[in-house]
Amino acid sequence: MGQVVDVAGPQVAATDGRRSRGDRARLALMILPVLFFGVFFAYPVAAIVARGLRPEGFWELGRIGEVVADPGIRGVLWFTTWQASASTALTLLIALPGAYVFARLDFPGKRLLRAVVTIPFVLPTVVVGTAFLALVGRGGLLDDLWGVRLDTTVWAILLAHVFFNYAVVVRTVGGLWSQLDPRQEEAARMLGASRSRAWRTITLPALAPAVGAASLMVFLFTFTSFGVVQILGGPTFATLEVEIYRQTSQAFDLTTAAVLTLVQFAAVASILAVHAATVRRRETALTLVDAAVTASRPRGVGQWALLVSVLATVVALILLPLGVLVRRSLRAPAWGYYRALTREDGGAFLVPPIEAVGNSLRFAAVATALAVSIGGLAAAALARREAGRWVRGLDALLMLPLGISAVTVGFGFLIALDEPPLDLRSSWMLVPLAQALVGVPFVVRIMVPVLRAVDTRLREAAAVLGATPWRVWREIDLPLVRRALLVAAGFAFAVSLGEFGATVFIARPDDPTLPVAVARLLGRPGETNYGQAMALSTILMIVCAVALLLLERLRTDRTGEF
Amino acid sequence: MGNTDKRWVAALGALGMACGLVACGASGDAADEADGQRSTVTLVSHGSWAVSDDVVAEFEKTSGYRLRVLEDGDAGQAVNKAILTKDNPQGDVFFGVDNTLLSRALENGLFQSYEAEGIDRVLPEYRVDEEERRVTPVDTGDVCVNYDKAYFDERGTPPPDTLDDLVDPEYKDLLVTENAATSSPGLGFLLATAAEYGETGWSDYWEKLRDNGVKVVDGWEQAYNEEFSGSAGGRQAGGERPLVVSYASSPPAEVIFADPQPDTAPTGVATGTCFRQIEYAGLLANAANPEGGKALLDFLVGRTFQEDMPLNMFVYPVREDARIPEAFAEHGPPVANPRTMDPEEIAEHRDAWVKSWTSLVLR
Repeated sequence: MGQVVDVAGPQVAATDGRRSRGDRARLALMILPVLFFGVFFAYPVAAIVARGLRPEGFWELGRIGEVVADPGIRGVLWFTTWQASASTALTLLIALPGAYVFARLDFPGKRLLRAVVTIPFVLPTVVVGTAFLALVGRGGLLDDLWGVRLDTTVWAILLAHVFFNYAVVVRTVGGLWSQLDPRQEEAARMLGASRSRAWRTITLPALAPAVGAASLMVFLFTFTSFGVVQILGGPTFATLEVEIYRQTSQAFDLTTAAVLTLVQFAAVASILAVHAATVRRRETALTLVDAAVTASRPRGVGQWALLVSVLATVVALILLPLGVLVRRSLRAPAWGYYRALTREDGGAFLVPPIEAVGNSLRFAAVATALAVSIGGLAAAALARREAGRWVRGLDALLMLPLGISAVTVGFGFLIALDEPPLDLRSSWMLVPLAQALVGVPFVVRIMVPVLRAVDTRLREAAAVLGATPWRVWREIDLPLVRRALLVAAGFAFAVSLGEFGATVFIARPDDPTLPVAVARLLGRPGETNYGQAMALSTILMIVCAVALLLLERLRTDRTGEF
Repeated sequence: MGNTDKRWVAALGALGMACGLVACGASGDAADEADGQRSTVTLVSHGSWAVSDDVVAEFEKTSGYRLRVLEDGDAGQAVNKAILTKDNPQGDVFFGVDNTLLSRALENGLFQSYEAEGIDRVLPEYRVDEEERRVTPVDTGDVCVNYDKAYFDERGTPPPDTLDDLVDPEYKDLLVTENAATSSPGLGFLLATAAEYGETGWSDYWEKLRDNGVKVVDGWEQAYNEEFSGSAGGRQAGGERPLVVSYASSPPAEVIFADPQPDTAPTGVATGTCFRQIEYAGLLANAANPEGGKALLDFLVGRTFQEDMPLNMFVYPVREDARIPEAFAEHGPPVANPRTMDPEEIAEHRDAWVKSWTSLVLR
């Protein structure tokens, strides 16, 4: 793909230098992504932040210092940082053995299990929170068995974060681990190095950038944690994200919310900068082999013990919460809660809750189309080898929506996109647009490495052998790119299905999505409502699982970080 | 090889265009809706809005407008969203701003003036903003401590009755309340103590309450349905606290929503702990259908709606001639002397009080 692309059309003079034509092509590729992010991300976020910092028409920047100095806010900052650090450490501790097992050991059901451990990652936090309450809350499984309750303790939050991000470590670190050439370590041992020394000097340095990248992703996700902390933490614990929600939605202190948004923005931007650096290091440093040749059946007591303990962890930490959810959804006889979903009760909804399934699928389909076209264009631009610093800047920019408060984006949409030509206030398009913002980073992450991996020599060889350009594209590019596109689309689809934070603010009351419907049912008293929430969560989980299993079948050897 | 990429880009471009077309289709829908709005009146409300179908039918028949309702989460969030979108509102009438948030709505110019027909039959103590008439009172409710009758019967001890009782060691570790920063009853309870003990005394009171083991949870749902031992939900969830901050109308709700219905409510109200909330509706400043909005406001203070409302939303009517349902009289008699506070006084202190309450009780 490192070739010059002539998208500017015939008006480009043939005498133009190679480089400037490449630049122009890249520019053309990036127009749409940049426009999209400008209009649907930067502008709404700037609008809501400006509303907070310019309440009377002039800037009140002095409030920034005031807010940051407030002891309550400092407490929130401190809690946000340390819980994210603790969550990251705990996730690494628990998931690294898993990464090894999924990378280096062959066992039956590995594919299915890899799809299953990814389910939590794309589940909406409100469902994760609910699953964990069903496990560690009052009357939960632990309470029933041993009288242990962890709700409103920080342990529930940390465990839920591990549950959530297990797949990030398994996929990022495990993905690389499976492609490291094991012969290097063997050679070192042959030369007399002890097992631990060989691992320390050969494998660990090779893995370090991947571990760093995974840690930073987990840190980013837990630093901006909302639903988990909101549901499991009770009133005492708040992350920045939760505090932004409380200040915007409850206290209506837009100034404080704006300052906190800026603080979070700064923090996330630095995390992403570090992340970008580690990714670059990782990309340049290693020669990789096919993952299929590095994995083998477990040998020896150590490997078997490791496999068993990893499987036990996955069962306890991931399957159990999901299972508790399913069990609760089945507590009423004869599928009672599921059947109740088809009735219009006049209570929580104007429509039968089951319609949320249709809404969710419709929104997610549109969001996926958007995310794939925007993210695909961006990935095509980013994949070019001569990409300079400003292209990497775009890379980070496209990641930012993952770190900006969904409440801020949601409220921003409401106040910024309310005038012609972009009067989208009552349009259902708002929801897929917000979801696409979250989907694009995943599409980019999946597409870029694949696009970079297309070996230009293959194409050249084909052309030399007389293939038409169409045939080259069909036989060489399409199979690779189509596969990656489908994988990216599947991920964008699953993430869109689960998006909650922004959707909850902009979903129209008569058009709830699955996660919004679950949250609304949980907010109503009464056992039937609770049961219906569990049933809807189960349906959402199954839809996500199916999407992920299809993905797993399409996995290429070199998918991106997810 | 350029052609390859070109096609790739073209394919993506086509996808993008397809999305664009979908977007156009969406805005087309919105335009259709705008046309239809001449005969539709839109009510924006919080999630607790509820009304009988035949009452809506009557409004639509007599006024000639179709009623569309947009419900939006909890009360505070709904008010804030309405304020943020006030230049280009989502509906014509907003219902559900109470006296604790009224000043926020008025200061931000959420409403335009309209004197609802029938406002003269509304009890005078609920009327506010008499000069400008920007809001119309619709209902009232009392935030009160509820108690689990069975718990106190079993122990042969009397349930608490006043705020003072709650700090008595006899009631140690029994009360659960809501976060005053995020919950409407939680804030109501804080205001009850501020009204009772004054600007300087309330924090001393809360210190005592804290030392007496009050538990704070984030929202009413959690407090009432999970922690409180007296409610149907709480009994199933194994709730452990026999005292909860809820509403004076909660005991009748426990009777009406039970199957079979018990003769007496399983819970009672500590009538000396109450704070009166008044909920208002108003015509939104930039309503697309102001005439329809006015008709709707007239309807909200009309007798039909006022008498339908109690059993749907579990609140009391504001109209002097509205009948109160029997179940209310029987299981939850009106609270005689609830504490309340002028919206302006609330506006002046609310944020500061909530802030010091948060650092006193939560952190």
